[in-house]
Amino acid sequence: MNEEDVRKLAALCRIDLTDEEADKLRSDMESILGYISEIKEVVALNGSAVGQADTHRNILREDEEPHVSGMYTEDILAAAPDQEDGYVKVKAIL
Amino acid sequence: MKIDIRGLTIKKAHSDLVGGKYSARDLAEAYLAEAEKRNPSLNAYLEIFDDVLLQADAADKKIKEGTATALTGIPLAIKDNILIKGRVASSASRILENYTASYDAHVIEKLKDAGVVFIGRTNMDEFAMGGSTENSAYGPTKNPHDESRVSGGSSGGSAVAVAADLALGALGSDTGGSIRQPASLCGIVGLKPTYGAVSRRGVMAMGSSLDQIGPFGKTVEDTEIIWNVIRGHDPKDSTSIDTDKRGYKNADNADRKFRIGVPEDFVSGEGIDADVLSNFRETLEKLKSAGHEIIPVSLPHAKYSLASYYIVMPAEASTNLARFDGVRYGLHISGESGIDDYKKTRAAGFGPEVRRRIMLGTYVLSAGYYDAYYGKATAVRALIRKDFDDAFGSVDAIATPTSPVPAFKIGEKADDPLSMYLADIFTVPVNLAGVPAISVPSGFTQQEGKKLPLGFQIIAPHFREDVLFTLGRAVDYNNEK
Repeated sequence: MNEEDVRKLAALCRIDLTDEEADKLRSDMESILGYISEIKEVVALNGSAVGQADTHRNILREDEEPHVSGMYTEDILAAAPDQEDGYVKVKAIL
Repeated sequence: MKIDIRGLTIKKAHSDLVGGKYSARDLAEAYLAEAEKRNPSLNAYLEIFDDVLLQADAADKKIKEGTATALTGIPLAIKDNILIKGRVASSASRILENYTASYDAHVIEKLKDAGVVFIGRTNMDEFAMGGSTENSAYGPTKNPHDESRVSGGSSGGSAVAVAADLALGALGSDTGGSIRQPASLCGIVGLKPTYGAVSRRGVMAMGSSLDQIGPFGKTVEDTEIIWNVIRGHDPKDSTSIDTDKRGYKNADNADRKFRIGVPEDFVSGEGIDADVLSNFRETLEKLKSAGHEIIPVSLPHAKYSLASYYIVMPAEASTNLARFDGVRYGLHISGESGIDDYKKTRAAGFGPEVRRRIMLGTYVLSAGYYDAYYGKATAVRALIRKDFDDAFGSVDAIATPTSPVPAFKIGEKADDPLSMYLADIFTVPVNLAGVPAISVPSGFTQQEGKKLPLGFQIIAPHFREDVLFTLGRAVDYNNEK
């Protein structure tokens, strides 16, 4: 992994990095990836098939019994750094 | 009156409160006094609440009315990633420094109903990422047995609050050992329940398929008392399970003899401290002479646990932490555009370990690497789970040390994330398999003139916490015999 890879990854993560941080992260990532890469070598030791991941299904409730409209709005908006007229405020996107 | 908090347990305090020996207010005052005295050096609490005595008065009212239950008036400490409505919950992160919870976690609803007195919120590794509490944005928590050493983590503040008598019990969260390892390093009891047995609603998510909330206590019995209050089905957590419907039975004190499996290859592998191993062997001998049977078992894929865990967990964490973007919660640093706001806010708000895990998780989930890392890691996880299922075909419980090393020096592993990860070797397989496990104090090691506690981990099949409590009582020297 080179510094450019680290920068690209940081951009995907939405995290700004200084040059010093990028350098430290590059060496940390190298050593951690070196270790976890052993996963690629695993073959099943007890006859089970490797490649069979757990199957999880989404668990959904019925869309019923809604709460009273607006009853949580104030509490939730209070956590936002910026708000206006009952909305969370962000910079112009387009 | 003067209350001797050193020898106090939840069980004893409850009988004293109900018997009118002292009030919940007296008890709260005793713990507040101790917390005020010792917290400045230990750094177990990030905040000691200012309404503790009011909470105690409400508990006293319940006691007078005769509606007290096992936890009414009992002072507990809560990890800073568990929400209490109207109070700050920061996950020991700068990004949530001023975040006030807008609702109660399910476990908090249950504890409030029980009339618990919350003393404060406890220090932790930022977003529960770490094994030493050194990753807190607010400085490390110190081990009360030797203040130059770590408390363990990530729930280090909760463990120290109990170990140093700053609370009678505590809640933590455990994704890869974050309750059991600090319990071991601080000489107390910590339980990681079966995945799904305790609702995760209101705990800040790190690795959603691994996270569980659980209790700390000075004794196995105290830990069990808290567990019995916090467990239960929650329709608002889709992975929550009704333990009673699954046939969960309370532990009994009957003289049962168990078959205890020991994964020999795994336990005596590289990197385990000699004193930890000899204490582990002594504890097994003790169980053997009490009539339990010790049987070798095999967990052939356990050695791949760390590799699997350090792919699955950061993958889930990177996804969960995407919500901290400076728009909906907490810190906001303004940049030139919306995207720039995110990048600046996250750079300023997240500490180095959190960034590392977000980067690692994003990497293993990215196109071209997904199958080789995440796909393989989840497949290996299924093999590890099957190893446990196979082993539990012939034994009632499996034993390992909780941590391969006793409490290490503050700063010793701070610059080498991989060496910190490797210390999770015995706790991580449990979360991957979703089974319950407990860490129970099993003795001490002498290092540099200080007595450092050691812990013994017992692992049981899904929904068999009762086995952990019964066996744990046989190991725990703090237990009231």
